[in-house]
Amino acid sequence: MPDGSFAQQPQQRQFNPYTENGGTILAIAGADFTVIAGDTRQSEGYSIQTRYAPKVFRLTDRAVLAVNGFAADGNMFVKKVKQRLEWYRHAHAKDMPLRAIARLIQTMLYAQRFFPYYVYNILGGIEEDGSGAVYSFDPVGSYEREACRAAGAAQALVQPFLDNQIYFKNQMAAAGQSHPLHLPLSDVLAIVIDSFTSATERHIEVGDGLEMYVVLAKGRSSQGLDGLRGAQEISTTNDGDRVFVIRRELKKD
Amino acid sequence: MDHFPTSWGRPRNEAIDAFNTYPLHQRPGHAPKTDTFTDGVQRTQQPIVTGTSILAFHYKDGIIMAADTLASYGSLARFKTIQRLHPVGARTVVGASGDMSDFQYLQNQLDQLTIDEFTENDGHDLGPAEIHEYLSRVMYGRRSKMNPLWNAILVGGKKDNGERFLAYVDLLGTTYSAATIATGYGAHIAIPLLRSAVEGRENEITEEQAREIMTTCMRVLFYRDARSLDKFQIATVTDAGVNISEPIKLETSWNFAENIRGYGAQTQ
Amino acid sequence: MFRNTYDSDNTVFSPQGRLHQVEYALEAVKQGSAAVGIKSKTHAILLALKRSSGELASYQQKMYRIDDHVGIAIAGLTSDARVLSNFMRQQAMSSRMVFNRPIPVNRLVSSIADKAQVNTQEYGRRPYGVGFLVIGQDKTGPHLYEFSPWGNSYEYYAMSIGARSQSAKTYLEKHYESFADCSLDELIKHGLHALRETLQQDKELTISNTSIGIVGPSGEHEAAAAPGGAFRILEGDTIDVYLKTMVPKEEAGEPAAPAAADEDVQMAE
Repeated sequence: MPDGSFAQQPQQRQFNPYTENGGTILAIAGADFTVIAGDTRQSEGYSIQTRYAPKVFRLTDRAVLAVNGFAADGNMFVKKVKQRLEWYRHAHAKDMPLRAIARLIQTMLYAQRFFPYYVYNILGGIEEDGSGAVYSFDPVGSYEREACRAAGAAQALVQPFLDNQIYFKNQMAAAGQSHPLHLPLSDVLAIVIDSFTSATERHIEVGDGLEMYVVLAKGRSSQGLDGLRGAQEISTTNDGDRVFVIRRELKKD
Repeated sequence: MDHFPTSWGRPRNEAIDAFNTYPLHQRPGHAPKTDTFTDGVQRTQQPIVTGTSILAFHYKDGIIMAADTLASYGSLARFKTIQRLHPVGARTVVGASGDMSDFQYLQNQLDQLTIDEFTENDGHDLGPAEIHEYLSRVMYGRRSKMNPLWNAILVGGKKDNGERFLAYVDLLGTTYSAATIATGYGAHIAIPLLRSAVEGRENEITEEQAREIMTTCMRVLFYRDARSLDKFQIATVTDAGVNISEPIKLETSWNFAENIRGYGAQTQ
Repeated sequence: MFRNTYDSDNTVFSPQGRLHQVEYALEAVKQGSAAVGIKSKTHAILLALKRSSGELASYQQKMYRIDDHVGIAIAGLTSDARVLSNFMRQQAMSSRMVFNRPIPVNRLVSSIADKAQVNTQEYGRRPYGVGFLVIGQDKTGPHLYEFSPWGNSYEYYAMSIGARSQSAKTYLEKHYESFADCSLDELIKHGLHALRETLQQDKELTISNTSIGIVGPSGEHEAAAAPGGAFRILEGDTIDVYLKTMVPKEEAGEPAAPAAADEDVQMAE
C-alpha cells in the first residue's frame, strides 16, 4: 500500500518447485525408422539461459527419449531411466525393448503422481518387429503409441502442421488413390526441419539449434544419411538397430 | 522482471496466457492467488541475507568469475566485506548469489567433500564438472523436499583434460552451461554486454581483456542494481590453478546525475 | 564336529592369533574354479574356467560386468558373489549419479573390502565365501585387484585365484615382467597359458569352458568395437581364435598342479 503497510491481503509466499524452460520436441515414426528431434534453447521467462542444452537423449541403440518442460525434472528423469536400463542390462545382458521402456516410463511417471515430474516425454525408436514407433506421455504417465507427436512450447504451432503433413488431415487424395501410410526418411526429415524453422519464427522460446536423432531398423540401409551434412552415427554396435544424430542451426534471435 | 532473489522460485502463473501477450506486471491473474493446499503445511521460505549477481565467462586461459562483496538484509546494505567466490579443490571456483547462510552451508559441505577426496590420496580428485554435478544433486534434492537452498550458483574451472567448464545451478535444480553466464540482475543487464564481448572470441580474449570486460559489467551493474556495491572480487581458473583477487574498488562517475531531469525538486 | 576349539566363532582368535573361520572362508575360494587376471600398460584382462555339474547342465557364470569400466571374475560361492557384485554395481551407479564420474577402481574394491572386513570382526556374521579378481580402467590407467574374504584388496600385475591357482601363479611369476608391453592378443595368450596350468590332467580349455573379460581398446580379433575400451566378456565361438594361438603343451612339460591344492586344507594344529 502507499502508506507502506501490507494490509490488503495475506501475502502468498509459498515456494514454487517448478518452472518452465521452453523449447519444443517432436517425433515421427516411419515404416522402418523413427526421427526424434528437439531444439537446444533453454530459457526461463524472457531470458535465454543457454543456446545448447540437449533435450533429446539416446537410451539404447533402438530407443531415443525427448524430454520437455521443467529442465531440472527432465534431466533427473532421463538419468533415472538410464539407471533402470542399466539394471536391466545387468540382469538380462541385453537392451530393454522399446515397448518395455515405454511401460517403464509410464510407471516411473505415475509413481510421482502427487509430485509430478513436470515433463512431457516423447519416446521414439524401433520395436522388436522392426517397425518405427513413437510413444508420447503426459507428465503423470498416460501414454499411447502414435505415428507422430509434437510437445512443448510450440506444440500448438507444430502439431496441426504434422496432422496435415503426416496424417493428411484436410487433404483429399487424388482420384483413385489413397494417402501413403508411411513417408520416406527424406520427406520426414524435411518436415521436421520445416517444423522447427517455422516454430522458431513464431515462438520466442524456440531456436538456437536443432538435434534430430534418427533410429534405423536393423538391416535397413543408411542410404541418404551417410552423406548428409552434420550427420553422425552414435550406435554402439553395427549389427543391430542404428542411431544417428543430425545437428542443424536455428535462428538465434 | 523477476530478478531479485526474493522473487525466485515464486509462481509466474503464465498458464492462462501461454503466448505472453501481456506485459508481465499487468498479466491477468498475476496477483497472488490462494492455493487450496497451502493452509495444510506451511514451509514458507525466503532468503534473508542475500548476495546479488555473479558473472562469469570463458576466456583464452580458462574461466573468469566476479562478484561484489555485499550481503544485503532486504534493502539494507548489511555486510560489505563478504566473499561470495569460493575455491573448491585445485581447479574449481564456486560463486553464489541468493541467501548467504545457505551458501555458507554449501561451502562447508564442499570443503568437507574436498577433504574426504584428499584423504583418499589415490590420484583422483573432483574437478569442476564433478562439483557441479554434486551441487545439482544437492540443490534438486532440497527443492524436491520443498526445502530449497535459496541460491543461484555458478561453477567454473578447468577439467583434467584441459577443457574449460562453466555451469549454473539454482534453487530449483535447473542447470545449464554456456560460455557466458550471469545470475540475478546480471542475467538481464550483464549478459547482453558479455555475449557481444565474448561469444565467438573465447579463445582470443586475454586475461587482461577479460578483467576489463568484467570490470565494465560490474560497473554497469553497480549503476543499475540497487542491491550492489562498488567493491568486487575477480576469480580466475587457469592451468596455474585458482586465483581470487583482493577486493577491487570500482571507479565510477556520477557527473551525469546533475543532467537528469524529471525527478525530485528541479522543474527544468 | 569341529576341527579345533577356536573355529566356531569368527570373532575369537586362536592362541596362535588366527581367525579360523576366515581361513575356512578362504578354502571356499579355493574350491571354486580358477580365474586369472593380467594387466599391461593398456589393458587389463580376466580369464576364467567355467564348470558345469554334468553333461546336461550349463556352465556356471564366472564373470560379471559391474559398469562400463569395471568387471569381475569370481571364485567361490556364487550366491555371495551376487550379493557383492550387486553392491559394486550400486556403488558404481551412485558415483555416476552424484558426480557423473565413473567410480575410481581402487575405491570400488575398497568398498567391498570394507564390507568383508566387518564380517570378520562382528559377532553373528560370517565371512564372504568368495574371492574376486577385479579389472577396470580409470584416469590412472588399467588396474587389476584381488579381493578376498579377509577384507584385503591388493593391486597386481598378474594374479590368479581358485582351484589349483598356484600353478597359474607359477606361470605368471615366470612371465610377468613381459606383460607390461604386451598387445591384447599376447596378453590373452599368456592368460590362457596360465589358466591351462590349473586344469586337471585330462582336461583342456574349450570355447565352452573359458571366459575372457577385457577392458581396454579392442583387439585385432574382436568383431565388435568396444567404445571407450569398455568392459566386455568374450565367450563361445568368439574365443576360438584365441584358443588356437596357444602353444600345445609338451607331453613331458611342466608338472601338473599338486593335487593337494584342491583338497580341503589341514589346519596346523
